[in-house]
Amino acid sequence: MIRVRGLKKHYRVHKRPPGMKAAFKSLFKRDYQWVKAVDGIDFELQAGERVGFLGPNGAGKTTTLKMASGLLHPTEGEVTVDGHVPQKRETEFLKKIMLVMGQKQQLLWDLPPAETYELNRAVYDVPREDYKKRLKELTELLELGDLLVKPTRQLSLGERMKCELAGALIHGPKVLFLDEPTIGLDVSMQVAMRDFIRRYNEEHGATLILTSHYMDDVTALCPRVVVIDKGVLSYDGKLEQLVQRVRPEKRVVLRFSQPVSPERVQALGKVVKHEAAEAVLQISPDAVNGVVARALAELPVRDLNVEDPPLEEVMSELFARSRAEREAA
Amino acid sequence: MIRTLRLIPTLLRVGFVEAVAYRAEMIIWVLATTMPFVMMVLWTTVSESSPVIGQGGQQWGSASFIAYFLSVFVVRQLVSAWASWEINFEVRGGTLAMRLLRPMHPVLGYAMSNLAYMPQRALVTLPVIGVLLAAYGDFISRDVAMWATWGVAMLGGWLITFFVNVAVGAVSFFIESSLKIMDVYLAAFFVFSGYMFPIDLFPPWLRAVSDWLPFRYQISLPVELMTGKLAVGEAWWLIGKQYLWAGGLAALALTLWRAGVKRFQAFGG
Repeated sequence: MIRVRGLKKHYRVHKRPPGMKAAFKSLFKRDYQWVKAVDGIDFELQAGERVGFLGPNGAGKTTTLKMASGLLHPTEGEVTVDGHVPQKRETEFLKKIMLVMGQKQQLLWDLPPAETYELNRAVYDVPREDYKKRLKELTELLELGDLLVKPTRQLSLGERMKCELAGALIHGPKVLFLDEPTIGLDVSMQVAMRDFIRRYNEEHGATLILTSHYMDDVTALCPRVVVIDKGVLSYDGKLEQLVQRVRPEKRVVLRFSQPVSPERVQALGKVVKHEAAEAVLQISPDAVNGVVARALAELPVRDLNVEDPPLEEVMSELFARSRAEREAA
Repeated sequence: MIRTLRLIPTLLRVGFVEAVAYRAEMIIWVLATTMPFVMMVLWTTVSESSPVIGQGGQQWGSASFIAYFLSVFVVRQLVSAWASWEINFEVRGGTLAMRLLRPMHPVLGYAMSNLAYMPQRALVTLPVIGVLLAAYGDFISRDVAMWATWGVAMLGGWLITFFVNVAVGAVSFFIESSLKIMDVYLAAFFVFSGYMFPIDLFPPWLRAVSDWLPFRYQISLPVELMTGKLAVGEAWWLIGKQYLWAGGLAALALTLWRAGVKRFQAFGG
């Protein structure tokens, strides 16, 4: 469905230090710097896949999505989406895709979302019956109700994001590029958005690329992740394999019925966190059974969980390793 | 093409609803375009102190100045476009991205949203047209054929204004902001379009120059038709030139747009 080969996007940016002297100097001589936002990446997505596109700020995630949706022209390399070259902006291509940017809006600011939807219906040539059916479905799933007739500017961020998502799906896109779709939303709204996105993918077989700084989004939605850092791909594969590769250790979370001294907990393994009645240990996978048995036998354990390390930690370790490798090179 | 035509009513309808939402802003904009009234007072005062003779040997009295500048106000309201400001804002802020994602040429979107304001603008001009017909009817053409020609000239005037806006707006893809270019264009427009001085009062050489510039075809040509200062034959010759300008500017605007979009950086988010 999506094929990316040797994709590069390099920008020339004007660099100027602050201050009057630098401002005056830049009148006569400007210093430019080339920024390699994306520097030769390759990946492929099959139809119906849900893929997390991860990386630190400035890694090149959004730039890649913008090239795949036809907004940016690559410096080099190629990207095709369902056989289309995005930069040609063919009508058929634009009808198949949608890019949802959490920080940008397509809704008309001073009009109710229903007006934008009607505009999208006409622009995307959606037959009126299909439009009514889809809008009804989206209204129910996203609980839009009265929001449709309130001016966009009067909606809260969460309400607006739900309406944005509905607007993006009115034409039933086959490919969804989601750039931070849950940014700024509260936890319950994030969960609702994730559920909705997964359902849309399952029911419509849509292909989905998601970037998010909320690792819960990625864990909940994306069996596969592509990791990019400084414009270069550093991982492409299953999420659990990434966790195992970067942080193979398991987390044993212990909750006690009464406070336990740090020394008794330390005797079991590396302590990540310890409060009076709760402790988290980091244990190699081979040692988990033994540690669990000892904890149950030796400590007043009320509750016990074995988990993977949080994805945030996995990612920050991966990025730190990439940085160290680059510096060493 | 058929798809585009089918889209137009919806674009105009949504644009009209948006225009209604921004009605207060529009009234303020109208107040900012009252220069013709200022010039009307100035020129009637001048004509009362000494005779003002145009190049055709025709004398301009205070009534003819009033009829002229009221017509300028009406034409200015109805040939206005502001796509240049919208494009600059959207290119700099990256919000143009949302337009580019839709299967519709963004320039069509700007055109329809600008045109959708026309009913409200027409409403503003109604009292002025009423005064023109009631008090200065003798200075307004009564020829139906001339009014049909006026409609064609108004469309031509709007097309020139709109495509100048798009061309200047598209320059913002290449430089940080192109609004200063629009300011320069507007400075020339105020002088050469007949907005501040009737072109009939220009010295012959300047009038000849203005014939080859686009500005006259934005304001003066429709005003000259309204006020019956042109014969139909001469009017069509000028309309031919007007549409040549509109076509040339459309080609320039779309060429700049195509080249510019390739440089669009979709900043922000």
